[in-house]
Amino acid sequence: MRRILSGNEAIARGAWEAGVHLGAAYPGTPSTEILEELSRFPKVYCEWSTNEKVALDVAAGAAYAGYRALATMKHVGLNVAADSFFYASFTGAEAGLVVVSADDPAMHSSQNEQDNRRFAQFARVPCLDPSDSQECKDFTILGFELSERFDSPILLRTTTRINHSATPVELGERAEVAPKHVKFPRNPEKYVMVPGHARKRHPIVEQRTLDVAAWAETASINRIEWRDRKVGIITAGVAYQYAREVFPTASVLKLGMVFPTPAQLIRTFADGVERLVVMEELDPVLEEQVRLLGLACEGKSIFPICGELDPTLVRRVGAAAGLPVDHAPVEIPAIDKPELPARPPVLCAGCPHRAVFQLLSKKRVPVAGDIGCYSLGLLPPLAAIHTTGCMGAGIGVAHGAARAGIGERMVAVIGDSTFYHSGMAALANVAYNRSNVLTIILDNRTTAMTGHQPNPGTGVTLEQQPSDVIDIEPLVRSLGIKHAMTVDGYDVEGIEKAYIELMSHNEPAVLIARRPCVLLPEIRKQWVPLYVIADKCTGCGICFRIGCPAILKSTEMASGTQKPKALIDPSLCTGCEVCSQVCPFDAIPNRDQVRLAEEESHQSCSEPASERS
Amino acid sequence: MLDNSSYSFVLVGVGGQGTLLASNILTEVGLAAGFDAKKSEVHGMAQRGGSVLSHVRWDRERVHSPLVGVGEADVLLSFEKMEAIRFAELVRKGGTAVVNDMAVVPITVSSGKGIYPGDEHLPRLFGELGAKLLMVPGEKLALESGTIKAANVVLLGAVSRLLPLEEALWWQCLSQRIPAKFLDINQKAFALGRAAAAETVAG
Repeated sequence: MRRILSGNEAIARGAWEAGVHLGAAYPGTPSTEILEELSRFPKVYCEWSTNEKVALDVAAGAAYAGYRALATMKHVGLNVAADSFFYASFTGAEAGLVVVSADDPAMHSSQNEQDNRRFAQFARVPCLDPSDSQECKDFTILGFELSERFDSPILLRTTTRINHSATPVELGERAEVAPKHVKFPRNPEKYVMVPGHARKRHPIVEQRTLDVAAWAETASINRIEWRDRKVGIITAGVAYQYAREVFPTASVLKLGMVFPTPAQLIRTFADGVERLVVMEELDPVLEEQVRLLGLACEGKSIFPICGELDPTLVRRVGAAAGLPVDHAPVEIPAIDKPELPARPPVLCAGCPHRAVFQLLSKKRVPVAGDIGCYSLGLLPPLAAIHTTGCMGAGIGVAHGAARAGIGERMVAVIGDSTFYHSGMAALANVAYNRSNVLTIILDNRTTAMTGHQPNPGTGVTLEQQPSDVIDIEPLVRSLGIKHAMTVDGYDVEGIEKAYIELMSHNEPAVLIARRPCVLLPEIRKQWVPLYVIADKCTGCGICFRIGCPAILKSTEMASGTQKPKALIDPSLCTGCEVCSQVCPFDAIPNRDQVRLAEEESHQSCSEPASERS
Repeated sequence: MLDNSSYSFVLVGVGGQGTLLASNILTEVGLAAGFDAKKSEVHGMAQRGGSVLSHVRWDRERVHSPLVGVGEADVLLSFEKMEAIRFAELVRKGGTAVVNDMAVVPITVSSGKGIYPGDEHLPRLFGELGAKLLMVPGEKLALESGTIKAANVVLLGAVSRLLPLEEALWWQCLSQRIPAKFLDINQKAFALGRAAAAETVAG
């Protein structure tokens, strides 16, 4: 049967067909859907681990025990998991271990651009690079086979255009692979990486790389497509598709395995063409391998290192370099476009992070941010975040600035899931090394940015099993934080009071602003749109400064100020009441007042209004 | 009506407008009609109210690139008027821009920092590009069919009128993606969209 699957769905399908027993991951775009999809299949245990390193350790443990295991993450997740990736390369395992790294060229949803084929070279882990969904499925299955054959983890490296493109896939059945052992293996020379053992493993790993390279010479996933011999293109991943699209007459060496590379096959191809070109996204990884063989080639002299390739770009730079393009770049007539307002992503209407950022914006304090929806607190008019680096970085950054002696009080903000991921160790450091950083934990009861995955604070697992909740306030107190308060994320006054109280101590402090994400299905049912009482609005503009997309500027001007009055878009407003609380003129009724007014209007239609005090 | 061996579609809109469902169905229709088909889109941060973009390609033989090149889309389907202008150059000369008559005002405009472009730009710009413009009142027709949420199906109905495929084929793919209790409403929405396109194409 043939079905259209995204790359992510196809990887999950491949893992399932390969008889995988365990999948572990931390959510991260563009990899998230792999584990979500895999968890829908029977006979596979799947979990959201607390971070990518833990996920890789979990998968390694399963593979040591003899069960095929999959760990998935976005490219920067492999930075987090790098330590584990290296030991797993040294130890190998008893059953197949496949690690998926989803790179994000063009940074559609990431803080940096990096080419994780480098990690494969670095850790001596064979790397497969699929070019469509069918290959995502096939290479996942192959990855498990190779992992067992060569006693090595396998890196399946994808890019956003592979993960989030959908192409037809031929479906197969699951091959049940019985676990190899009843008992956990006791083999310290292989699995206990003390120096004496690790020294013996390193030559084994180097020999393994040579063995895989020899396999790669004749493997069908590395293939030469002879066409016109004037130009030969070495390519892999999604770049292969652009090469076929734009240079249909050129010969192609398509590499399914990008580490280690097949030297003899590359030489054969180079000898058979007049002009050798390497076409790859991001780093010149393959180009360097070709040059190490002493072969002259072009690559990054034609195609950019930064960003994604696409057919338009490939055609333009290819034509300029004299490569045989399918047709000349399309000439777009010069059109006179009006200046278009940007449409940046914003904190949603009703976002429970807004009130905290409104306060931080008002206090003008330096804020070290973190990775999540709340990164958007950087945008005007709130403009309340001053650093964002990577998962869990903010608390340490704030501590460093504080300890170095900066004259301002430092604040760190971090979400609940990110706190469990890598914030806890940083907060322990603040407590232990006694800086006066105020850490604000934005607890929206979910992992929102990647699409509402559960986490250790939610009381439920990926497989929808009930779990114990790790309650943040007792946790931070147990780390040694004496000043900790939990407030409602929508309570503007309560947040400010707690902030003032916590800032009054020259010691580590934690403010937990708790309120579930307004987009959670059960919360959506509770939305009550508010409105502006135009007669009361003076056009003071205070509500515009909370940066809510539901608050619009009315065409009606306030008589006193001659400034536009506020207007609420009922299709967007959720009734969080933050605007209602900041309005100094009571021009925005809260939920209770809205409900009351509705009841009154209903009653006045049917019967005389009852008396109200 | 287009009659090609390959088709390229670009769908643009704002996060939350149902572009993903529409691009899924469009891909499945291509496959059901005997084409090779690919789709590409980007999820993640953009879904927090940002611009979203999906590419769908069909080919009688084989689709290579999942992305459509600039100036190569046979159909630009825009769920929102300003996004149609933003991505106008994607449509090819002789292609068609199907534009939902719907404005989703971005915060840059509601906060007074930018001005939402007037409707007069649409016919002018697509005229300059040599492309046809088909305005569809998606939300209005969706409401007529029973729910404003069916606007994406109205728009698919309009696109279906531009292609030489049996209407039943579209309906077969739609019915696999839509829960049974909403089938009637969506069938009506699809028909209204198709009829709206017919009027304009004929006129």
